[in-house]
Amino acid sequence: MTKDTISRRRLLKIAGVTGSALLLPGCDRLSRSPTFREVVLSSGEKLAYRVQRLLGVNPLAREYEPEDMSPSFRTNGNTMPAAAEYRRHLETNFADWRLDVGGAVKKPASFSLADMKAMPARSQITRHDCVEGWSAIGKWTGVPLGAILDRVELEPDARFIVFHCADDFRGTNYYESIDLVDAFHPQTILAYGMNDGELPVGHGAPVRLRVERQLGYKQAKFVMRIEAVESLSAVGGGKGGYWEDSNGYEWYAGI
Amino acid sequence: MTMTTIDNTDVSLPEGGLVYRHRLSTRIWHWINALTLLIMLMSGLMIFNAHPRLYWGDYGANADPAWLEIGSGGGEGYLRIGSLTVETTGVLGLWHDGNGTLRSRAFPGWATIPSYYSLSMGRLWHLTFAWVFALGIVAYGVWSWLNRHIERDLLPSKTEIHPSHIWDDVKKHARLDFPKGEAALNYNILQKLAYLGVLGVLIPVAILTGLTMSPAMNASWPWLLDIFGGRQSARSIHFIVAWLLVGFFLVHIAMVVLAGPLNEIRSMITGRYRLPPENAEVKAEEKDA
Repeated sequence: MTKDTISRRRLLKIAGVTGSALLLPGCDRLSRSPTFREVVLSSGEKLAYRVQRLLGVNPLAREYEPEDMSPSFRTNGNTMPAAAEYRRHLETNFADWRLDVGGAVKKPASFSLADMKAMPARSQITRHDCVEGWSAIGKWTGVPLGAILDRVELEPDARFIVFHCADDFRGTNYYESIDLVDAFHPQTILAYGMNDGELPVGHGAPVRLRVERQLGYKQAKFVMRIEAVESLSAVGGGKGGYWEDSNGYEWYAGI
Repeated sequence: MTMTTIDNTDVSLPEGGLVYRHRLSTRIWHWINALTLLIMLMSGLMIFNAHPRLYWGDYGANADPAWLEIGSGGGEGYLRIGSLTVETTGVLGLWHDGNGTLRSRAFPGWATIPSYYSLSMGRLWHLTFAWVFALGIVAYGVWSWLNRHIERDLLPSKTEIHPSHIWDDVKKHARLDFPKGEAALNYNILQKLAYLGVLGVLIPVAILTGLTMSPAMNASWPWLLDIFGGRQSARSIHFIVAWLLVGFFLVHIAMVVLAGPLNEIRSMITGRYRLPPENAEVKAEEKDA
């Protein structure tokens, strides 16, 4: 029996040590393997995208009451674009700034801040969820993206809307993209106002995207140009967004 | 050697012989769960590392009060829960990685997937294996309900659920007096309650609080926010439930070790289990050894 006990203890120890020794480097190696990433690890995102679209195309994100709002709404990502052109617009309070909307559209157009403010506005108090895990509730005011897209009239083959931004990470300008379901969702707005004031620079002035059923990195700030495309393959590194291309974050950030 | 299954109770069982206790489907499900739960825990700790603070309510960020925080300051790592602060240098908040580099992340590299900091990779692992885990538990639930495994083996009988019976079983466990002979083929009441608590409460709550953190799920199923009291509460509950599952795992392993690890592990690999002998002399012999 004594012999047996020792062998049991040894067995457990060996099992434990080899288990963790195999699992961790194994997971690290698999994490670094592009094939494993493409074939296995991206399946969660693909399933989530399909299932969440099946659950409903247009349910609204929860809208909160003014008393539910975060006392302070932190900023993150870039809080002050370095580009000289942006700095000029900032100095002139975006008086001659224009939002260019083009790509796979019938009537490319550009909108001044005044043009956008003249359009029917939508205000919503919603929760912003960062991929890191924190949340903040704030009030956003802007023009529904769908109204802008209706003005420029999408080509029939347009499938994604891409946002090109003024801020950059190590020389690469920020960009993000969403599908047409989210683009025409009633709560998807180009916000020029926050918490009943102008949109602060730290939160993306003059205009940022609010796409309320996805995580924070999809909410492109400092939007300069909007482009309708058939496919994301020609956008940046082909995955549809700055963090998607540079760090392997999921394109669909609904979860 | 006579083989019998757990539901054929009329067949006379060989004393100390091998019986067929776990079906192949049960065994496969058990080991997939073991691996998946470990992946979920370790990739979950990586996700926690991205923002090692927990809140109650709908919102919560750096300026808001956190009820739990893992961090570092002044060359020391710490875990803070409410007003209690524990120094955790070397394990939590501040630790050396495999290359000897000092890191100021919450959970150490040996506990996370991947071992190096990568929120995006942690999320890919977590959100992919969440499907394996959730679909596995749903399939198990449906299957076990249809074949009456839940009713027959897991739900306690009226006599079992009586406080005096439960107390009796608690005392037996405390004396490490485990069921012998045929009685070892049935789950005892504490075992039933533990399994029901894990399968019926902890795992469903883990899955639902996980879904509550999804902004798209919040739009489709807003009741999730109501039952858990907001997204940040759901995140806190998710974290607590993960550690309760770790607690279950530790007790589970302790019980396997105390009840005879080789026999128990064999029964979960081959399905065959040797009945613990009822004979008192054999028991005495074991004690002497």
